[in-house]
Amino acid sequence: MANKTAVEVGRDLHTEVLQVNMGPSHPAMHGTVRIHLWLDGETVADADVDIGYLHRGFEKMAEAGTWSKVIPYTDRLNYVSPLINNVGYCGAVEKLLGLEITERCKYVRVFVSEVSRICDHLTAIGASALEVGAFTPFLWAMQAREEFYFLIEMITGARVTTSYTRIGGLRWDLPEGWVERYEHCERRLMSLLDDIETLLTRNRIFIDRNADVGVMKADDAIAWGFTGPCLRAAGVDYDVRKAQPYLVYDRLEFDVPIGHKGDNYDRYLVRLEEIRQSVRIIRQVIRDIPEGPVNVNDWRVVLPPKDQVYDTIEGMIAHFEIIMKGVQVPPGEAYYAVEGGNGEVGFYVVSDGGGRPYRVHVRPPCFAIMQGLRDMIVGGMVADIIPTFDSINMIGGEIDR
Amino acid sequence: MSSLVSERIRARFPDAVVEAHQQHGDDTVVVRREALLDVLRFLRDEPDLDFRMPLDVTCVDRLAMGERPRDHVDAMNPPLTDPDPVPRGPGLKPRFEVVYHLRSLSRARGQVIRVKVRVDEDDARVPSAVGLFKGFNWFEREVFDMFGIRFEGHPDLRRILLYPEFQGHPLRKDYPRRGHQPRVPMPRLRGDQVPGVTVPKE
Repeated sequence: MANKTAVEVGRDLHTEVLQVNMGPSHPAMHGTVRIHLWLDGETVADADVDIGYLHRGFEKMAEAGTWSKVIPYTDRLNYVSPLINNVGYCGAVEKLLGLEITERCKYVRVFVSEVSRICDHLTAIGASALEVGAFTPFLWAMQAREEFYFLIEMITGARVTTSYTRIGGLRWDLPEGWVERYEHCERRLMSLLDDIETLLTRNRIFIDRNADVGVMKADDAIAWGFTGPCLRAAGVDYDVRKAQPYLVYDRLEFDVPIGHKGDNYDRYLVRLEEIRQSVRIIRQVIRDIPEGPVNVNDWRVVLPPKDQVYDTIEGMIAHFEIIMKGVQVPPGEAYYAVEGGNGEVGFYVVSDGGGRPYRVHVRPPCFAIMQGLRDMIVGGMVADIIPTFDSINMIGGEIDR
Repeated sequence: MSSLVSERIRARFPDAVVEAHQQHGDDTVVVRREALLDVLRFLRDEPDLDFRMPLDVTCVDRLAMGERPRDHVDAMNPPLTDPDPVPRGPGLKPRFEVVYHLRSLSRARGQVIRVKVRVDEDDARVPSAVGLFKGFNWFEREVFDMFGIRFEGHPDLRRILLYPEFQGHPLRKDYPRRGHQPRVPMPRLRGDQVPGVTVPKE
């Protein structure tokens, strides 16, 4: 029998499509996502992304209590940057109330938002290095994040479940010594960030695993509803902080980094630069932050100070009105968007004129981005799923709500 | 010509607009269901509007609009297991309001437009906008999951956050806050079709 040519051998090796469940019990899937894969050898022939393993009914729960009782629930949306969710929700209710918060409160909200953004991006960068086998940058990123968690703990009293903002203001003002604490964090961050960059940015293995993998072009990214670093990595100059400035972002100077290919490597670079821009914003906040109260002086919205509650009848009535009946929000609807760690976090709130929310809907950035995951992984290799999945920094708490 | 986008829509589709308002600076237009896709296409394709970014689709169940707590106990501790989950409010008709948010990438300050369609319970169908904005795919699935609105022409309309055997639609106002679901029988592992999963054809 004559020797077969390579083509004939290939014709004989009939393959069949293999179905594989990736997750939800998979270390890289956060326990909250299942990707149903159809594999042709090592190539992904088709994929079905299945979410919903962390669904808790946030929007249904929000309708049960008063407007203020939703704030702790928002911590659990994006649990890596809970402060941005707090800011977004309270901003939406204040928009519905037509309430103008104090100057100092605006600056403090910008400060905590940017600190949260740094935490979020550090997590994404560290994990994306970890997914391709680089363990050291992950530990460094966690070390830097831990410093910021200490700062957040000092400000809010909790590391993750912050619940820092209130309708019309904040739980309390920034504590004594926050500037020194932040400066210490920034020094640690900058040195660790330089180290991370030294190990990753021009690392041959890291570039080979991430460049031209998980590509999402600009037009497709817009059509899928991408926002945040994933959209900017595709080359679209869009940031809620610039497009529709909220709080005091129109007074602060910062640049919006954009990529040009929309692959994993660009997403890494965009996040890295956004950390530096956040630091730049925070320095301006520390320079410009005015003195003054952090809460509006309106007892229909903000709880009166405790000595007023205990000693005066007006204070006590105002306190009980807010606790029992809730802040009275006039009927209407409002959409308020903030730039979260992963993109546009929008809150759509509807009131029918009572002390309880009629409807609270959150527009999670990851939800739109996860739709596009199928397009990013189909046609690629199985091994590329993990870095791609991680570069979009999916947060289960936000996507499933 | 007015700079308001809702006025532009009214000028272009005089019969389609039911209502328009600019509450809290959010430009909002309520359109007829038949004209929804035309309005969305107009918003996307008109060069100076350029509402290319699909932000969000959600729904509001207006069955309980105007509901008030019965007494202070109700106000403090809203019932989680209401034996009679039918809301006590006057409500509004039609019952459901499907809400679309679009963002313009070129208009000043990243303008957002809100387009709404009202449908009633016995005819809860809306034409799917996935053909225009593929980013609305999952959002429409979520609205179907939570409210039971059927999006006609949707390529893959199935539950997304809940499991396929779930009964009812939890964000409807007449679904109890602590509702119970029947136990789902364990599927046989071999030979059974996995629910909600379609096998691609060769």
